[in-house]
Amino acid sequence: MKYLSEYRDAAIARPLIERIKRTATRPWTLMEVCGGQTHTIVRQGLDELLEGAIEMIHGPGCPVCVTPLEQIDKALMLAARPDVIFTSFGDMLRVPGSDCDLQQVRARGGNVRVVYSPLDALEIARRHPDREVVFFAVGFETTAPANAMAVWRARELGVPNFTVLVSHVTVPPAISAIMQSPDNRVQGFLAAGHVCAVMGWTEYEPLAMRHRVPIVVTGFEPLDILEGMLMAVEQLETGRHTVENQYVRSVRREGTPAARTRVEEVFELVDRKWRGIGEIPMSGLRLRPAFAAFDAELKFGLGDIHVNESPECHAGEVLTGKLKPPRCPAFGTRCTPEHPLGALMVSSEGACAAYYHLAKYRAASEAEPAGAVS
Amino acid sequence: MTAVSPVTLACPVPLVAHDRVQLGHGSGGKMSAALLRQRFLPALANEALARLGDGSMVNVAGVDVVVSTDTFVVSPLEFPGGDIGSLAVHGTLNDVAMMGARPVCLTAGFVLEEGFPLDILDRIVRSMADAASLAGVPVVAGDTKVVERGKADGLYINTTGIGAADAQFRPAPERARAGDVVIVSGAIGRHGMAIMAAREGLAFETTITSDSACLVGLVERLRTARVDVHVLRDPTRGGVASALNEIAAASGVGVEIDETVLPVPDDVRAACEVLGLDPLYVANEGILLAFVPAEDAERVLAALRSHPLGAGALQIGRAITGHPGMVALRTSLGGTRIVDLLPGDQLPRIC
Repeated sequence: MKYLSEYRDAAIARPLIERIKRTATRPWTLMEVCGGQTHTIVRQGLDELLEGAIEMIHGPGCPVCVTPLEQIDKALMLAARPDVIFTSFGDMLRVPGSDCDLQQVRARGGNVRVVYSPLDALEIARRHPDREVVFFAVGFETTAPANAMAVWRARELGVPNFTVLVSHVTVPPAISAIMQSPDNRVQGFLAAGHVCAVMGWTEYEPLAMRHRVPIVVTGFEPLDILEGMLMAVEQLETGRHTVENQYVRSVRREGTPAARTRVEEVFELVDRKWRGIGEIPMSGLRLRPAFAAFDAELKFGLGDIHVNESPECHAGEVLTGKLKPPRCPAFGTRCTPEHPLGALMVSSEGACAAYYHLAKYRAASEAEPAGAVS
Repeated sequence: MTAVSPVTLACPVPLVAHDRVQLGHGSGGKMSAALLRQRFLPALANEALARLGDGSMVNVAGVDVVVSTDTFVVSPLEFPGGDIGSLAVHGTLNDVAMMGARPVCLTAGFVLEEGFPLDILDRIVRSMADAASLAGVPVVAGDTKVVERGKADGLYINTTGIGAADAQFRPAPERARAGDVVIVSGAIGRHGMAIMAAREGLAFETTITSDSACLVGLVERLRTARVDVHVLRDPTRGGVASALNEIAAASGVGVEIDETVLPVPDDVRAACEVLGLDPLYVANEGILLAFVPAEDAERVLAALRSHPLGAGALQIGRAITGHPGMVALRTSLGGTRIVDLLPGDQLPRIC
């Protein structure tokens, strides 16, 4: 497939893997920030191919994993209302809230619909003027422009029955929080290519300097990620710490000004809690007062709700690279993909689920084959 | 509790047990399996049902007969490459064929919603009749129920197939053996993606057509090739990934497949990329998977390729003694990925 298969070419990938292994004189610990990159690493088994040279820590860049429990619970409350059509990106449907998930709300009669774009949600609102249509606006800077656009359009078109439940987060404050953490192990970052396609990378330059850490803006295909790893390892080996751009076909230093402008017009920075990590100052987005009419929390008077997370789940330490999933006391025993204690065990790219499957596979591969040949 | 550092908090509480049926219970993944294991099997237990094949073999007055049933609720009712009528015939005939039996007759049950247009019903019944007569299998009994408007989505069809078992040709999920070669008869992912593309609400244009087809003729080629086919399975709901997992679990072998040879058509791959789905979990309605002894692989491939529906047949993997009950994919870059059953429906990803 044009523009895709070229970036998955094994004939180029294999020498690249060898080159990373040759370049690394010691094992380096890198963090990929974005869930999309984690997806590629897990799907292609890149961890395994680079064992000994690079340890990848799957960072907090998956909206499914870091959307705080309070916001999930608010989504569940809205979705259960008979007057509401609740719209969401697909994979938010099975994120556990305090006592259920959106799929279960749907089974109990809630009108929950999967959309691929917030503009589709706006269209549903225009087609159903008698219902309140709420869109769950989650994600990083990547989804923010489209979500901002939907709110902006709703105001322009005068759609009174459309609101958004906002739980946006931004990447740079998370990188900063991880680097400031006392027992941080991360030595280099692969920054999320599509976040930077919107925002550019100027915000990352002071971070790289202050924390003396290489940051490589990286794409999502296997060759992108391998090249990003190589660039980070080359910086580490030569003692450099700058922002470099691997994803040159999509990202410019200034990002996409039109998208940034729309985001800044609609949203403002706010302190935001990250599930599993805690509150990070000025790391989230909320609607500006001029767009308050489209804020679901205000319209439905949701206010502050108090929730309790399971004390047994150590997702925060996993997301920040301090704890490897198999070392979590609940891993594989009280916490499994069928009965997850945390979001990291839910999504197939969640760090805990990825380790769980690999551990099961390795154990089964080494075990005496039981009755397989007869 | 362990000491926590400044940027650490905790995370979610366990999920409560399901108290209602969810769409995921019909996905063919782990939730479907749990529903079957926890709700249906304990109540309806018997030896034939416990085997959990595509259907069951029962002995009727000394003759082995195969019975299989399936219910069709596809939406939209008419889609590129087929409709619910032909699908209801193909699906059940294929399940009978996967047990190595020759289909003899079909029954059909209809649930119709009040207000359903009769001209559409005519088209669907005509399509059913054409599919049945092409396969040479008559519909010998039927039933019709009408429910109030809003109580059904237009039209649902149940079909049951009866087949004559063949003592010389009895593929079954538990018969896979380490050393077997895994063969697929054609391109994967077409039916599911054709339905996704045709479904209302996804503004998405493609040329993908469903692969819905009757596999009885293709299976006849295997029968006449006189090969001991260990397993036959049509990878419908849950796709190739789920079918391979069920076979691995039933027979206690590990299955290894090679990503570089998986026959995923470009348009299916593109649609999956756009929608964030994995073609391995997408439904098929006109291909089969076969586990055969390695020494017979070439004969099986030749037999399949001699039929139009098997022209694209190829080997995609093998059964091994390692990792029993699990399916592993060798990625194009040489890495390994575990291909597990999904909990429920495949959900599109955000990023």
